[in-house]
Amino acid sequence: MTAAAASVDREAARLTDLDSAIGDADHGSNLQRGFAAVVKTLETEPPQTPGAVLTTAGRQLISTVGGASGPLYGTLLRRTGKALGEAGSVTADELRTALRAGVDAVAQLGGAAPGDATMLDALNPAVEALATSFAAAAEAAVQGAEATVPLQARKGRASYLGERSIGHQDPGATSSALLFTALAQTADDGEGAK
Amino acid sequence: MLMNVPETVVADALRGMAAAHPELVVDVDNRVVVRRDAPVAGKVALVSGGGSGHEPLHGGYVGPGMLDAACPGEVFTSPVPDQMVRAAAAVDSGEGVLFVVKNYTGDVLNFQMAAELAEDEGVRVASVVVNDDVAVTDSLHTAGRRGTGATLFVEKIAGAAAEEGAPLDRVADLANRVVESSRSFGVALSACATPAKGGPMFDLPAGELELGVGIHGEPGRERRPMMTAREIADYAVDAVLADLNPRQPVLALVNGMGGTPLLELYGFGAEVHRVLGERGVPVARTLLGNYVTSLDMAGCSVTLCQADAEMLRLWDAPVQTAALRWGR
Repeated sequence: MTAAAASVDREAARLTDLDSAIGDADHGSNLQRGFAAVVKTLETEPPQTPGAVLTTAGRQLISTVGGASGPLYGTLLRRTGKALGEAGSVTADELRTALRAGVDAVAQLGGAAPGDATMLDALNPAVEALATSFAAAAEAAVQGAEATVPLQARKGRASYLGERSIGHQDPGATSSALLFTALAQTADDGEGAK
Repeated sequence: MLMNVPETVVADALRGMAAAHPELVVDVDNRVVVRRDAPVAGKVALVSGGGSGHEPLHGGYVGPGMLDAACPGEVFTSPVPDQMVRAAAAVDSGEGVLFVVKNYTGDVLNFQMAAELAEDEGVRVASVVVNDDVAVTDSLHTAGRRGTGATLFVEKIAGAAAEEGAPLDRVADLANRVVESSRSFGVALSACATPAKGGPMFDLPAGELELGVGIHGEPGRERRPMMTAREIADYAVDAVLADLNPRQPVLALVNGMGGTPLLELYGFGAEVHRVLGERGVPVARTLLGNYVTSLDMAGCSVTLCQADAEMLRLWDAPVQTAALRWGR
């Protein structure tokens, strides 16, 4: 989570720039506010299990981010955390299964399908590739985000642009790629699911 | 821009609102605006909210005859569920709460989560989603029609019904009827500047206008060289009437986006009346002013509501809020 927050912090301006082109220019600052609150909460009251880390972080995002990304990212983390259950440690396989549940919950909440130019276009391939490695998942998420460039947005505020949204990378898919990249870096450091 | 720093614009505005309106309880930290006499015994409560930057929406419509509470989000960003749950708890008298939600992905998702959380706490919640903007045509390929000017009609008419003591299901039905009877169309003459960005949010060259713009500066149907008020009124009213075929007198909202002087808006209102007359649509009531704004955007919108006798009576009912007051 600390790595995710640092990554969001670093890339906030780029996310906001992407959002400025097709949305309302606040994706970076909204996530920055949310992840700062997550880090603070986790430092003040450190949860005992990986699952609890994710559910606490998810609840905090829902409480602070606003917009569509608050409920969507909040749901992703909460549902993933709930699927992990009470276990004190988590294998890569267990994490992949739990993330699948989290991503499915996001798809259900947002009603988006693959190819709608949303965060799902990064999340879905990332979870698939997690079967190989964390690095492969991060790579798949980045590629998924880049693959939204030629797509027409069909959900969220970018959808109002219609064909004019073509040629722009989706900010939500981009932030999803950032999170998977942070996860991969952390996993490489031997920290596992945290 | 007249502000301290972008990070505090919403809190600063709420402090100012508290100073100017002692009849409201303004919780600056938790971002909830509540009418001072809430909860009102025996009355269904109305709660709305959305991104800031659309003032007087929604805090300006809190008071007897309209909303019981409002939750302002960050600029153009929906509020979070915690605010709505807090608001619902503060205003619920036991008769239930109606959430008035504008159809934007963020607002819909956050209010949906808030409804679940509030119900866990024992508050009965109904929700109405306002989607009146005809500029968004193909809802299969978009997030659907946006909620704009009709929000004010819903808050006023459903608010009056609640004030009269109508139960939650009746208030919600009425709110839905107002949504179904209302359509809007907006036009931008300039881009708005968000505090965080400090400059224009989108690129609209001088001498051009965006027809069908959303209240966050979302693009519309098309861009054209500058038109006269007469031409804009023809375009906007015809766009609304293409989707709404009133068989009775309408409520008309001639709305300014925040950066258009009243001198120009009155002139535009005259043209709206002219074209409605030419199309054979009688106007029962007209509200003209800056009611659903988009920061400093120059431009205007037209909202029409095909009003039946009950809606008209409730429209005329007393209201006492910061931005709308009559009949008392």
